[in-house]
Amino acid sequence: MTDEAVLDALRYMTLARTFDERATSLQRQGRFGTFSSVRGQEASVVGSASALDPSRDWIVPQYRELPALLRHGLPLENFALYFMGHPDGGAIPDGVRTLPIQISLAAQLPQAVGLAWGLRTQGGDGVVVTYFGDGASSEGDFHESLNLAGVTRAPVVFFLQNNGWAISTPRAAQTAARTLAERAPGYGVEGVLVDGNDLLAVHQVTAAAVARARAGGGPTLVESLTWRAGAHNTADDPTRYVEPGEDREWADRDPVARVERYLRARGALDDAGHERLAAECAAEVERALTVAFETPDAGAASLFDHVHADPPTRLVEQRAAWVARQEGMA
Amino acid sequence: MTTRTMVESIRECLRQEMELDERVMVLGEDVGRLGGVFRATEGLLDRFGGERVVDMPVAEGAIVGAGIGLAISGLRPVVEIQFLGFGHQAFHQIGQQAARLRYRSQGRYGVPLVIRAPFGGGVRTPEMHSDAFEALYAHAPGLTVVAPATAYDAKGMLAEAIASDDPVLFLEPLKGYRLVRDDVPDERYRVGFGKARVVRQGDDVTLVAWSAAIAVAERAADELAAGGIGAEVVDLRSLVPLDTDTVRDSVARTGRVAIVQEAPFTGGFAAELTATIQQECFYELEAPILRITAPDTPYPLAGVEDLYVPDVDRVVAEVGALMAVPA
Repeated sequence: MTDEAVLDALRYMTLARTFDERATSLQRQGRFGTFSSVRGQEASVVGSASALDPSRDWIVPQYRELPALLRHGLPLENFALYFMGHPDGGAIPDGVRTLPIQISLAAQLPQAVGLAWGLRTQGGDGVVVTYFGDGASSEGDFHESLNLAGVTRAPVVFFLQNNGWAISTPRAAQTAARTLAERAPGYGVEGVLVDGNDLLAVHQVTAAAVARARAGGGPTLVESLTWRAGAHNTADDPTRYVEPGEDREWADRDPVARVERYLRARGALDDAGHERLAAECAAEVERALTVAFETPDAGAASLFDHVHADPPTRLVEQRAAWVARQEGMA
Repeated sequence: MTTRTMVESIRECLRQEMELDERVMVLGEDVGRLGGVFRATEGLLDRFGGERVVDMPVAEGAIVGAGIGLAISGLRPVVEIQFLGFGHQAFHQIGQQAARLRYRSQGRYGVPLVIRAPFGGGVRTPEMHSDAFEALYAHAPGLTVVAPATAYDAKGMLAEAIASDDPVLFLEPLKGYRLVRDDVPDERYRVGFGKARVVRQGDDVTLVAWSAAIAVAERAADELAAGGIGAEVVDLRSLVPLDTDTVRDSVARTGRVAIVQEAPFTGGFAAELTATIQQECFYELEAPILRITAPDTPYPLAGVEDLYVPDVDRVVAEVGALMAVPA
């Protein structure tokens, strides 16, 4: 990666961390719903996403990949709206090649295979990168999808963020496999294990997987070994299951600080640059939050919009009743 | 116009739609060289090649999930689930994922995916194959659920399903694949969803059914007619969207209604219809709404399935008792 590309990555990492802090605070204030932070995994998410071309590649996310979605073009305010519980939070602008956030673990994986397979069938050269965690790798959809990807040679990269935890269940209790990447060959898929807190390494490994997929070389499972630096989400209490020393060891490997040190050592970042970056990210987060909070509340009609291309009569009648009731209460 | 069985009619539709639109592809277990376990896709592999007719690994969730992704990529996949009884392993991809992606993405992604699945009994399948759980799917918002009873409807409704921009669960009666046979136009045509079919007219009682139960209702109506009871038979054709108008008009005229379904009693689609009719026709009803269904037990082994699925004798007897209820 060029210094410029690393600086760009640092910007997305910083933006995500800034948003994480504000979102956590807003959740405590009751203005956001349950929120899952990307803290600790920024290098894993941004390093992989930075290997993608948003004009042709797709991201099929889980729910902890904010900076990847931002880099791909999703407006930050949509992300804020999502966690506010506003239906507009699910909207994806035309030309932004991402699927919505996925909550049902691993359900996105076969969809990613199908999407990649379909792109190739129609002569496109796009690659699909799909994100999920070590917990999701225990789901049947993970195994079915790797198997199918192996058979179809779909241009898909399975980006497994092994952050050590599925809520409170540690990686060791999740599977007896030594590594998750080593499962790949059993499906006829390439498997790679990478230090997920090393931005450059993650980028390099993902770029190679994407290039191979684009060239017709088939799918790759990347296991990005990282660490969830906080709670699973704002409803979780990691003090009940994470040993204090265990957490500290990984805190020393903070991926954002690591990239900053790298850039400073190369003379590509100084105090002024760092302050400017922090200020820009804070301003961007505040701008997005302002847009989100100024978005009008969704009315009853929003429950019915976008359920069917051609809504059945029964639903049209229900919509009218719901809207009339809301208007009657207004 | 050619006389065709239902399975021939489905095959003909797939062939014509694939010829016309190269985005249409077929995928599922054994759909290629074998032509499907019921031969619904026979000949398609030779005609359209392995890129468009794909034998999939045995994994229902991945088959439907991949179908969702293929649909988002711009294709028109027609997925075959070998038996709806195995659809449970894909229910999350059908009911939770495909059905609500348009809503979750605020209209950005529709999922033009057809899921074909044979269901219901009567052909002595091994255990677990014959479950008629259409009500589970009808309960999933965003999913269209259709169940043709004739070869004519099978062809026209499958064409409509393939043209739909939303996911459609297309239910095919196991028993009807070769038993149902009628006149089917050779050219392409569509039968729109949400319009029930009045199979035969009658003034005394309305029999509402769908899919394989239509044949039972029709034969029961013949016998009832011999006894002087005029039974009107309404074929719903589609559960979602539901044509409440046709059902209401018929029940309002006859005053009595029996719903015939292959599925168990509790929570079946007949329960939904019962509630709808009660709400819409309360003052015109002359007797309680009757549900003629399987019992609330698992679909049994082949040796006793005739005791399980409602048959003509049972429909005639229960409707006879319904007619005896004083108005």
